[in-house]
Amino acid sequence: MLPALLVLALIALVLATPLVIGAIRRWRESRPPRRSEDPLDLRLYDPGRERRAEQRARELLRSCVNAEEWAMYRDLGFIRVGGRHRRRGADRPGRTSYAYLVYPHKPIVAYVPGSGQLLSEYCVEFPDLGLGDRPVKLPPSDDVLAKWMALTSDEDRVIKRANMHLVGRQHDPARVRRDLWRLSEWERRRERRRASPPKNTSDGEHPAKHSR
Amino acid sequence: MKPGHGEVLLTEGDPRVREDEERLIEEFRRQLDEGMWAAVPTTHAGSGRREAQMVKDYADIPPEAERVIFFPRASGGG
Repeated sequence: MLPALLVLALIALVLATPLVIGAIRRWRESRPPRRSEDPLDLRLYDPGRERRAEQRARELLRSCVNAEEWAMYRDLGFIRVGGRHRRRGADRPGRTSYAYLVYPHKPIVAYVPGSGQLLSEYCVEFPDLGLGDRPVKLPPSDDVLAKWMALTSDEDRVIKRANMHLVGRQHDPARVRRDLWRLSEWERRRERRRASPPKNTSDGEHPAKHSR
Repeated sequence: MKPGHGEVLLTEGDPRVREDEERLIEEFRRQLDEGMWAAVPTTHAGSGRREAQMVKDYADIPPEAERVIFFPRASGGG
């Protein structure tokens, strides 16, 4: 009796072997490819990639905006863009009744240049359109350039797409007011320098700021 | 502008040369089909003021334009 059972088990094993081998092969093929165990085959993080991207972005921004806007961004970290519309009938024609402060990777802030009154902040992003799992951001200076191009070419469209909030949701109002004060001081210094240009500086820019 | 990379040169050529123009048009359409916005930096002749001009068609590109910049569409953020 026992030898007969052993023979049957052996026959079953032989018959089942191709099925088991096929199942294992299909399972191995359906698995995602494993990374090589070779330590030299690792995908290394390039710490300079983002820095180089930002450097290129700064050059592109510099080539697009005017000298004053570039100097503003370089010295203060944001750019002012004048609004195109008149806020109300009493606004003087020819004078910007409101303006935007454009920060990298932060909402655009609308304010009244004359009084410094903060109007609202517009949260807008330029997300990666790829299908990656992780959203990828533009380099900071590219983000500023994208906002600048969108505002100067089609202000209404970008403002309609943005989420509007009162200032204070992402920006600290005190910090924005301080930035406005820094901007006014910066403009005053620039005007003073323009009135009496120092020797060896062609466009009145601070020489120390040229270093990278 | 490519998120995570910054500026990437897509293609270049002389639009007065037919082969170049065909390549430029093809790339322009491909970028817009992928959902990018296209803008041309411009300078006002009189005031010298700089701004951008959105272009939705290849024919809208000013003849004197030296480059077209493609960037992701704006969307409302958090």
